[in-house]
Amino acid sequence: MKGLVHSIQSLGTVDGPGVRFVVFLSGCNLRCKCCHNPDTWDIKGGKEYTAEEIVDKAKRFKEYFGNEGGITLSGGEPLLQSDFAREIFTLCKKEGINTCLDTSGSIINDKTDALLNVTDRILLDVKYTNDEQYNENVGCSINTVLEFLKLADKKKIPVTLRQVIIPDVNNNEENILKLKKIKEEHKCVDKIELLPFKKICQIKYDNLKLEFPFGDKKEPTKEQMEKLKSLL
Amino acid sequence: MEHKNWNGFKFGVWQNEINVRDFIQQNYEEYIGDDSFLCGATSRTKEVMEKVQALFREERKKGGVLDIDTETVTSLLNYAPAYVDKDKDIIVGLQTDAPLKRGVNPFGGIRMARQACAAYGYKLGDVIEKEFQYRTTHNDGVFRAYTDEMRLARKSHVITGLPDAYGRGRIIGDYRRVALYGVDRLIEEKKKDKRNLDKGDFTDEQIKLTEELHRQILYLGYLKEMAQMYGIDISEPAADTKQAVQWTYFAYLASIKEQNGAAMSLGRVSTFFDIYAQRDLESGKYTEEEIQEIFDDFVIKLRLARHLRTPEYNELFGGDPMWITEAVGGMGEDGRTLVTKSSFRILNTLYTLGPSPEPNLTVLWSTKLPNEFKKFCAKVSKDTDAIQYENDDVMRPYHGDDYAIACCVSAMTIGKQMQFFGARCNLAKLLLIAINGGYDTTSDIHIGPQMSVLKGKTLDFDTVMERYKIYISWLCHLYVNTMNVIHFMHDKYAYEKTQMALHDTMVERLMAFGIAGLSVVADSLSAIKFANVSPIRDDNDYITGFKTEGDFPKFGNDDDRVDLIAKDMTHLFITELRKTPAYRNAVHTLSVLTITSNVMYGKNTGATPDGRKEAEPFAPGANPMHNREENGALASLNSVAKLSYDDCRDGISNTFSITPEALGNTDEERINNLVTILDGYFAKKAHHINVNVLNRETLMKAYENPEEYPNLTIRVSGYAVNFSKLSREHQREVISRTFHEVI
Repeated sequence: MKGLVHSIQSLGTVDGPGVRFVVFLSGCNLRCKCCHNPDTWDIKGGKEYTAEEIVDKAKRFKEYFGNEGGITLSGGEPLLQSDFAREIFTLCKKEGINTCLDTSGSIINDKTDALLNVTDRILLDVKYTNDEQYNENVGCSINTVLEFLKLADKKKIPVTLRQVIIPDVNNNEENILKLKKIKEEHKCVDKIELLPFKKICQIKYDNLKLEFPFGDKKEPTKEQMEKLKSLL
Repeated sequence: MEHKNWNGFKFGVWQNEINVRDFIQQNYEEYIGDDSFLCGATSRTKEVMEKVQALFREERKKGGVLDIDTETVTSLLNYAPAYVDKDKDIIVGLQTDAPLKRGVNPFGGIRMARQACAAYGYKLGDVIEKEFQYRTTHNDGVFRAYTDEMRLARKSHVITGLPDAYGRGRIIGDYRRVALYGVDRLIEEKKKDKRNLDKGDFTDEQIKLTEELHRQILYLGYLKEMAQMYGIDISEPAADTKQAVQWTYFAYLASIKEQNGAAMSLGRVSTFFDIYAQRDLESGKYTEEEIQEIFDDFVIKLRLARHLRTPEYNELFGGDPMWITEAVGGMGEDGRTLVTKSSFRILNTLYTLGPSPEPNLTVLWSTKLPNEFKKFCAKVSKDTDAIQYENDDVMRPYHGDDYAIACCVSAMTIGKQMQFFGARCNLAKLLLIAINGGYDTTSDIHIGPQMSVLKGKTLDFDTVMERYKIYISWLCHLYVNTMNVIHFMHDKYAYEKTQMALHDTMVERLMAFGIAGLSVVADSLSAIKFANVSPIRDDNDYITGFKTEGDFPKFGNDDDRVDLIAKDMTHLFITELRKTPAYRNAVHTLSVLTITSNVMYGKNTGATPDGRKEAEPFAPGANPMHNREENGALASLNSVAKLSYDDCRDGISNTFSITPEALGNTDEERINNLVTILDGYFAKKAHHINVNVLNRETLMKAYENPEEYPNLTIRVSGYAVNFSKLSREHQREVISRTFHEVI
């Protein structure tokens, strides 16, 4: 089976535990205003690979994975190519490679269900903790994401909740406490990661001749990040 | 044989023969714990270090050289004893009569000594000039025997950096022998060896060896006298940690007073010292703090070592290096680790004294090393960028478990193997010479077999390879012959008396050849094979540039199509080298290492089919060309790991720069991830890696305001430098390299 791949990063240390081989799949169903990778949006973009080709590449890095590392499928939104993703993960499991899915949790169907059956960990991007901001800045409802989380809970897949902190949008105590509550309500969640909003991607928007919707926002300071992290 | 200073040591064969390895194996205690036992700098150490920092500042202010004694020829007994601080020094001995004052060593070549003095505004003393009118230097000897073709190879820069005008270095005396046995015993053993030779046939080799032994014995006597000048008697074995370190240091000091070799490496002393430290800690003679203080003072002395070099030399080997390489860690043949508490202590000097390029601390990495030690090393790398890693698991089968590293990546069994150093040849230039049928467009020199310039609108891979092989074969023959001349003359006119006295008499010799521009050649051949390369010709039909159309696989992306071209190239080269016998039956070895000369090699090389422009620097060592890696750091490491150590036994150097963020979010993650990366890389049988954990921005700031970053240390190719000591050109090249970062 073939799929479209935006790019491959052989050394990933921030997308899942340990040292990871990260595959960025093409195409995204959302248009988050803070998106860091607008170049991955195009559903027809990227290079075609078979699942075997991807896994053959990943196997070349097995020695580096240690006890924790493995493969991470990111994007774009990997759930848009869930059959392809499932086949990659199935082959990885056969090779003893740990599988990690980096997703927005915004697509739920039978294919999603099947993919989760071969997923060892989910990095779930909970972009906001209220429906208004989801509708305004993401283009979907938070309820889908919460449903996705329930599914993960049912399947007992460990989940890391991730959220990008954007000044004047979600860098407030209330938001973090809500995030913490989501964690407490779902047994599968064992970790929350707060990531600082970064504007280094402006250049990608410029190259694509697109407007960066949050280009006028500030990056959070280290102190702001530390303060929010201390609430967790 | 017994000695009172050996009380408490377990005997084996070492007390009956010179065998430091056996002493270590019988007596060392492996350490698998963490770094929590380590002590910080004492107030004494801090005070002395302040003095030393002030001297360094003064040296920088004077343009890199604090002072030169132009009236004295450097040797063991020619300078009055000197100190950093006579009351506070724990380990004593300096190269000349004042710290950082450089001596002159004209034995390699008087012209080099003269130019080096002149470069810093000094004039070589008349007495020395006069004396050396009547002496043959190594340089004189070499040029008497060089053929026309050897001179042309040098002049065209197809072979560069040959040790024909300076000391060859890369020889590691077993300095520990002086501490374990005392000088008297060593003299006695050498005399015995000499008497044994008396019975044999007096062939050339036998007579040469007999004379060498005579000189070794003489210099062991000088070594004793040199220590005596400091009021210390080293005729007997060392009695405690301080003495063991002092005796060993004297042996090393004698060597750098006698020789100005390119790389004057230390060996593998920490675990040896640890046996004394354990004994003293148990008896209550010293505390942990005092042991660390002894290590610190020893390392301070090493950081003060200097040689006088010319600006041309600095162009090849930037940053004023000595390569006082100390190999740390590794595994023993019996499966125990050779990591001891002193492996931690020597690395700890990067904290007690601050980061520094010297000594060149080199961790012998094995996937089987204790995990706590691995983590400590990763922490040191992350904090200081001052250490390098080499694969113990690929070197141990060749060298046993008591080998050390000379210079950057050259392994040799201590006291049993020595090396004839041979710089490197320019593989990329050779490719251009081959294509042009024996003409180097950059230097305008006709060299090698004279053939027609390759014809046609585009270059054909098979035709180019066939042609290239002819020139590789020609060059290898010339290269071995050139090296034979150099080392014959070095033995004759600048023989390393002290260092060879600290080797077994029947020593195994390695002859180390090198190549530069491997990734340029691999990518160029890949371009010719997979893309369309059209030569651009000048009025005389010589090819001076290339138009390359289409995509082609590039080294550094874990793509076998090009990576195997690089691998095959090294195999081809060493196979060709082996066809010409080496001087004194030396074993041919090959390195893929450039030091900082990749800049100079690039400068002297025309445009290449891979798209590299004329005069653009090569990548250092075995590194992929800058910014051609498209799949991230591990793909780049995998490409380099494919080069075979069996073909490149003199080492395969890889320099790896990564931003802290790309290693993980927290310190703990960064340390653990670096450990697994190193484990993975070395499990793939890679040989060497320099690790820099830093941001390009830091280097840019240091480039703009060097005075604000006097101690910024970075790894370059097989060694570390103070960034501020590099030339502007070298600094720019380092900044332009690939930094693996979070995308």
